Amino acid sequence: MYQYNEYDQTLVDERVAQFRRQTQRFLNGELTADQFRPLRLRNGLYIQTHAPMLRIAGPYGLLNSKQFRTLAHIARKYDKNYCHFTTRQNIQFNWPKLEEVPDILEELARVQMHAIQTSGNCMRNTSTDHLAGVCIDEIEDPRPYCEIIRQWTTLHPEFDYLPRKFKIAVSGSLRDRAATQFHDIGVHIVKNDAGETGFKILVGGGLGRTPIIGQVIKPYLERRHLLSYLEAILRIYNLFGRRDNMYKARIKILLKESGMEKFSAMVEKEWQLIRDGRELSDDRIEAIKAYFNPPVYDPDAAQDQTFEHYQLTDKAFSAWVKHNLANHKIPGYRAVFISLKAPDTAPGDMTDTQLDAVADLADQYSYGEIRITHRQNLVFADVKELDLYSLWQQLDVLKLATPNIGTVTDMICCPGLDFCSLANAGSIGISKEIHQVLDDMDYVYDIGELKINISGCMNGCAHQSVGHIGILGVDKNGSEWYQLTLGGSSENEAAIGDRLGPAIAKDQVTKAITTILDVYVNQRQDDESFLEMVKRVGVTPFKEQVYANH
Amino acid sequence: MQIIKDKEIINNSWSYIADDDALKTGDISVSVSRWKKDKDILIKHQGKIGIRLRPEDTTGDIADDLGNLQLIELDFPSLADGRLFSHAWLLRGRYHYAGEIRATGHYLPDQVFYLSRVGVNAFSPEKPEDLPVVLASLNDFSVTYQCSIN
Repeated sequence: MYQYNEYDQTLVDERVAQFRRQTQRFLNGELTADQFRPLRLRNGLYIQTHAPMLRIAGPYGLLNSKQFRTLAHIARKYDKNYCHFTTRQNIQFNWPKLEEVPDILEELARVQMHAIQTSGNCMRNTSTDHLAGVCIDEIEDPRPYCEIIRQWTTLHPEFDYLPRKFKIAVSGSLRDRAATQFHDIGVHIVKNDAGETGFKILVGGGLGRTPIIGQVIKPYLERRHLLSYLEAILRIYNLFGRRDNMYKARIKILLKESGMEKFSAMVEKEWQLIRDGRELSDDRIEAIKAYFNPPVYDPDAAQDQTFEHYQLTDKAFSAWVKHNLANHKIPGYRAVFISLKAPDTAPGDMTDTQLDAVADLADQYSYGEIRITHRQNLVFADVKELDLYSLWQQLDVLKLATPNIGTVTDMICCPGLDFCSLANAGSIGISKEIHQVLDDMDYVYDIGELKINISGCMNGCAHQSVGHIGILGVDKNGSEWYQLTLGGSSENEAAIGDRLGPAIAKDQVTKAITTILDVYVNQRQDDESFLEMVKRVGVTPFKEQVYANH
Repeated sequence: MQIIKDKEIINNSWSYIADDDALKTGDISVSVSRWKKDKDILIKHQGKIGIRLRPEDTTGDIADDLGNLQLIELDFPSLADGRLFSHAWLLRGRYHYAGEIRATGHYLPDQVFYLSRVGVNAFSPEKPEDLPVVLASLNDFSVTYQCSIN
């Protein structure tokens, strides 16, 4: 993974010092709350329902064991012994004290971490595929390009006060696991006819209040022009994006209102004026790539016989193998999903003890690296099959081996009304209730791949509009109600879910979900997935049953 | 009134003339619309001439006039309006304006490092007591990741 040099370290250290001064000026009354807000936001600090919330960047979701131990330490020293992983592959602490945040940032900087631009109307953490570098359908590892983008976006002097937040995702594989079609800019690694690496650039995707699927603005961009092309898009957005209404300020609205033809012409014109002289050199790309060279794999890894044996003899292990592993490009290795969706915990939460233990396991089994997935789980990318049984046993003790990845209980869930000041309704409680009802794993496995996403408000942090089943909390005369959507997807066949019908009262949500699942189980054809069935029949058969008694 | 120019505190010699006010002697700046309307008179003005740019203005509209202008003020209606950062970049990077670019209005000392990077070389802080913090903030960072103007 990328390692800071002195230059990177200086930048992060100077940022901490700057924020320490800003916090002090605020505490001294030299900055008003309104003046301090954009400054603290750009350092990840929100003021929440109960306390400030600090969001720390997980650069394209990739962390190491030392960084995990620091997160554990921060959870213990400054928080209530846990943290939360987000859909942007970031980490959140819910209980830090404002005056202690500079100290937290200083501790993070010591392990090459920061909270720069994790909120505010600026360019956010670049996200990518959690299986980057190891998956079998990869064209090229996206992480070097993510790092190049990370550096370019960090403290960009011209684009730090944008009309609204701006998110970039990069995918290097055939299967899009980074929801790139729902980002302000989606970057797809592609090859041209000559076999050269370049990028297909999408623009104007987004979730939130107005979910829109991104459109291709550049089918093939030579890789050396990556940063000048991003600059052209950002300059047009910065100059012409709406600033009169925050709900219409994302680039997707500019694109919609100006039309793709006009928008792309503006970007092209700008790009032509700046493209020469800003090229990424091959040397620079190769230098960054060198940080992401694969580890030295064991050439005999595929000789292992025990993995097969344990699958045959241990049913629980076999279930975990079936659901929580991904194939690896090297024979004898697997990528392991660590489920943060145990029945009795808030989705995406981890305790300090678990963080420390996972750091140790990463050192022992996966070259000391840990990835955060955009579905709020973790991945060990490089585990030998020989080690899987032992790793599983230890994860199981830690309650991190729930064999439910990709199933209906692997829900994305925002902090909701329990923590977030924006929320209209709770989301963690809903996920727990659904989890409790779906305790029969045979039934869960029979349902197959089904993604439920739960957001406590229409800002949509949990991406409910692209959930196979989306649950959106809404306020109805001071009480919590929920709007259901069906058929959304953030993958290759991107789709925004269709509304099922009127919002449902809180105590009816779980029943509605089980009703939807029953309709699927009873009416599916052959091995049709839930998403395929919704595409075939629409929402009507589900609607009829859910609202039958209303 | 004092301002910062090229990292030094100096006395301000400029006055902004509102659109409805009569011109006066000395170094004056006017709005883009006033410049367009009274250009012929302003060119003959005894003293230097500048323009006060608002975020909604278009730098391209004054590109041909830059040779007549010794000052361009970037007038921040709020610290959140980032368009002026691009205007500064365009003035320096595209139209090669070499005169003074000065930030004025509602912005924070915490933004001057970025402003200096996109080509702003003078700062009129909202509060006079902020002069020292503006000066110090120009050195917030000794390293940068991107190419810009500075």
